[in-house]
Amino acid sequence: MHLAYPAVLSALLFCTGVYGVLARRNAILVLMSVELMLNAVNLNLVAFDAWLSRAARSALPHDTLHSGQALTLFTIAIAAAEIGIGLAIVLAVYRNRGTADIDRLRDTTERGRTDGDGGDGGSDGSGAGAGSAGPGGTATGEKAEATA
Amino acid sequence: MSTITLAVLVPLLPLLGAVAGLLLGRVAPGFTRPLAVLPVLASLGLAATVAWRQGGGKPIDAVTELTPTGSVPIELALHVDGFAALAAVLVTLVAACVQIYSTGYLRHDARYPSYAALVSLFTAAMLLVVYTGDLMVLLVGWEVMGICSYFLVGHYWETPEARAASLKAFLVTKAGDVPFLIGLFALAADAGSFRITEILAAVERIDHPTLIALLLLAGVAGKSAQFPLHTWLPDAMAGPTPVSALIHAATMVAAGIYFVARLLPLFQASQAAMVVLAVMAAVTMAGSALAALAQDDVKRVLAWSTIGQLGYMTGALAAGDRSAAAFHLLTHGAFKALLFLTAGVLIHAAGTNSLAAMSRMSGLRARVPDAYWTMTIGLLALAAIPPFSGFFSKEAVLVAAEHAATGDGGPVAAGWIVLTAGLLTALLTAAYATRLWLRAFRGRGAEAPAHGRQPFTMTAVLWVLAVPSLALGAAYGVLPDWFGGDSLAPGWATSLLATGIALVGGVITYATWRHTTAFAIGAPLGAVAAHPDADPGQVEAEAIASHTPAYGDVADAPDPADPGRLLLGPLHRHAAAGFHLDALYRAAFVRPVTAAASLVRFLDREVVETYVRGAAALPRLLGAAVRRAQTGNLQTYVSALLAGTVVLTVAVVLAVSGA
Amino acid sequence: MSHGFLSPTGVEIAFVLVGVVTLGSAIVSVTTRRLVHAALWLVVALGGLAVEYLLLTAEFIAWVQVLIYIGSVVVLLLFGLMLTRAPIGRSPDADSGNRGVALGVAVAAAAALVWVVVDAFRTTWIELDGASAGTTKATGESLFQHWVLPFEALSVLLLAALVGAIVLSRKRAAEGDER
Repeated sequence: MHLAYPAVLSALLFCTGVYGVLARRNAILVLMSVELMLNAVNLNLVAFDAWLSRAARSALPHDTLHSGQALTLFTIAIAAAEIGIGLAIVLAVYRNRGTADIDRLRDTTERGRTDGDGGDGGSDGSGAGAGSAGPGGTATGEKAEATA
Repeated sequence: MSTITLAVLVPLLPLLGAVAGLLLGRVAPGFTRPLAVLPVLASLGLAATVAWRQGGGKPIDAVTELTPTGSVPIELALHVDGFAALAAVLVTLVAACVQIYSTGYLRHDARYPSYAALVSLFTAAMLLVVYTGDLMVLLVGWEVMGICSYFLVGHYWETPEARAASLKAFLVTKAGDVPFLIGLFALAADAGSFRITEILAAVERIDHPTLIALLLLAGVAGKSAQFPLHTWLPDAMAGPTPVSALIHAATMVAAGIYFVARLLPLFQASQAAMVVLAVMAAVTMAGSALAALAQDDVKRVLAWSTIGQLGYMTGALAAGDRSAAAFHLLTHGAFKALLFLTAGVLIHAAGTNSLAAMSRMSGLRARVPDAYWTMTIGLLALAAIPPFSGFFSKEAVLVAAEHAATGDGGPVAAGWIVLTAGLLTALLTAAYATRLWLRAFRGRGAEAPAHGRQPFTMTAVLWVLAVPSLALGAAYGVLPDWFGGDSLAPGWATSLLATGIALVGGVITYATWRHTTAFAIGAPLGAVAAHPDADPGQVEAEAIASHTPAYGDVADAPDPADPGRLLLGPLHRHAAAGFHLDALYRAAFVRPVTAAASLVRFLDREVVETYVRGAAALPRLLGAAVRRAQTGNLQTYVSALLAGTVVLTVAVVLAVSGA
Repeated sequence: MSHGFLSPTGVEIAFVLVGVVTLGSAIVSVTTRRLVHAALWLVVALGGLAVEYLLLTAEFIAWVQVLIYIGSVVVLLLFGLMLTRAPIGRSPDADSGNRGVALGVAVAAAAALVWVVVDAFRTTWIELDGASAGTTKATGESLFQHWVLPFEALSVLLLAALVGAIVLSRKRAAEGDER
């Protein structure tokens, strides 16, 4: 079989996963798309393993370790662990914020003077937010307001 | 010790006292009083010794070159002649009295250490002016006096009057000092030296004597408060009374007269300058006497009086007689300082500086008997009643003017101008002196509050100064040897005329006062500072600060019982405001300068700063643009990341395959 | 056998057909508005991939795929959807505003990757004859001879993930009871 078929399929599946990660709103759908990406990688690994372990008769590189298949197994296991943790995090976020929408999780936004995003606390290092250092912070904040 | 050493020590001791006082004032407050009084007392003794040794004989000269300048070198020179020696004795005497008086007057003042140090510094500067033979050193002393006057007049800087007055004094005298400096340089360039003896020897060689004389007169007018630069002196009464006694009676204002007296041959080289001087003197004398008649504040009466008496000295100089001017300088220094110091006691006892309030108070005379008697002596000397010292010195001036008018001395025109103005002023002087005495001590109304005895330091110096006020006139026979001039004896014609005029003035004022006292009952008036146990200095500060709120004006009070109102008639309103010269200066100088300043501020803020802010705007916009990328949205971040990766990958692949 | 570019062996045809199904269901999974349907379409995609593994003679991996992925991962995802009260029907805001950019990036990435891959492996064939290296026996031998250490490390990782998930999803004591 031509190696291009699994490789191309893997590339297309991967990019489908990329689209899903970037375009979906619900965090769980994003996790699904991540699974797609991981599976595409797995397919790639299996195909290359199949190619390389049979190439004994030619001068091509020969793989006796079946590293592709081993890595595929490991990837599957790690993906399972990751989805477990990921879902636990999504659940914790859902419990705290009442939503699983990625759009709403904007803690690292640059804070302007008029917006406040759903009552989220300001994060450090993001511009003229409320300083956590007390008088020094508010003084520089006020100073920034005055010169701005 | 040689006389030169003693002469050098005379200004040096107060200077050291000032430096020590400024350094130790906070650290060792117990030493401030001795440091204030002892150096100046020592200086007094040394000055007296120098005067005794010099004895009116040959002037003592000593010179050492301070720095070569390439054209005219600056030298440290000492030139002590009889006039200088006596002037130094006067300065140290008045300064010693003022320092002793201040220990009582500013007893609990928090700024007393710096005050005493500044008074010592001022004394040192004046002594420098008196003893020096080099014009640059004189200028240094001149300017140091100016800055000390700024600090001292502004002593009560919590009050807006004091702040404004100190700044005004400084600026007006500086306005005169700029032409003065130019005149000095022109003089030295023409004469080839800054030394006074060499300049006097080279008077004929000077190319533009009139120009130089007029430039120098500008500085003299500023310092000695002559028309038109006299406006600072009445307002400078916002300073403590001892400061007024020292600066505005005996020393700083006398420095200008002293300067002209020293360089009189130079001024005499220009007829025009002498006539200008005479006109200046006449206008000053007459105007200030009219203004003094309209003032409500005791100290302002004395301030305008000082301006007028300085006019007398200027008039004597215009008539070409330096000894008469010097004589009047000495006596005036004594009795005017006395009058200011007694005024201080009076203000403390009455709790107010307003004559309107004092005239509605009875028994003030019994509260301060020392001040009463010494003030009477001083006022009699001021009004030039024989046998007080003022009579003899004013007579000397009038005789000098008469000599000039009859062609004997200076320019004839100058002589006539000074003579007529002098006689008119004698009338007015007697009038305002009488008015002051009657309003202060013959008041009728509620009892003056009892504040206990005045401090001994304050009353003792009054008597010390009363002695020369009383007796210095008797020295008219001896002094010509010291001054190296003509006789100072009073002439019969002028003395009868002047004394008669003065008595007439006094009688008219008394009659008017009798007439107007009745109006006082229908017009209750008066603001009294309510601090019975406070320092005299504090009482004075309050009195000054409360005059405008109480009476609507710093100089005038709407009192129908004031004889001055009746005497001056329609002129009263203008005289009280100093004939509106302040308003004229405000419109002609102050407003344009403040307008120019606000224009500059506008340009700086709107034009220049706009560029600065514009320069900052660009980075700010860029920053804002960059900040918009930080949306907090994970997906945009990852998109950007992946897009960048794809681009990089494609680029690498193309590069590799291309290569 | 010939190695022409369009050599249509049966394996290749089957691979292409299953691949189309897989890709199609993956695309539907990431674009559908119904969230639960997305999970189910994902099942189809994963199943398709399992068939692909079989076609590539990796049997053990195929069945592990079915067990782990379809069996537990998708079930977990469904649990997650239920616990976060995902709307069951059509959800109007299933896609964020980033759609356009996402499409652009994905298409660009796809174009780049496919082009590079095709260009690189134009003349490469997989030999599918001979002894299969994907049998359970062969995989087991390889795993426990050469890959023991990573295997054990993986088990530690799984333990950590287990503990972590439990800790993360535990409710705070103050939230629930009055203890």
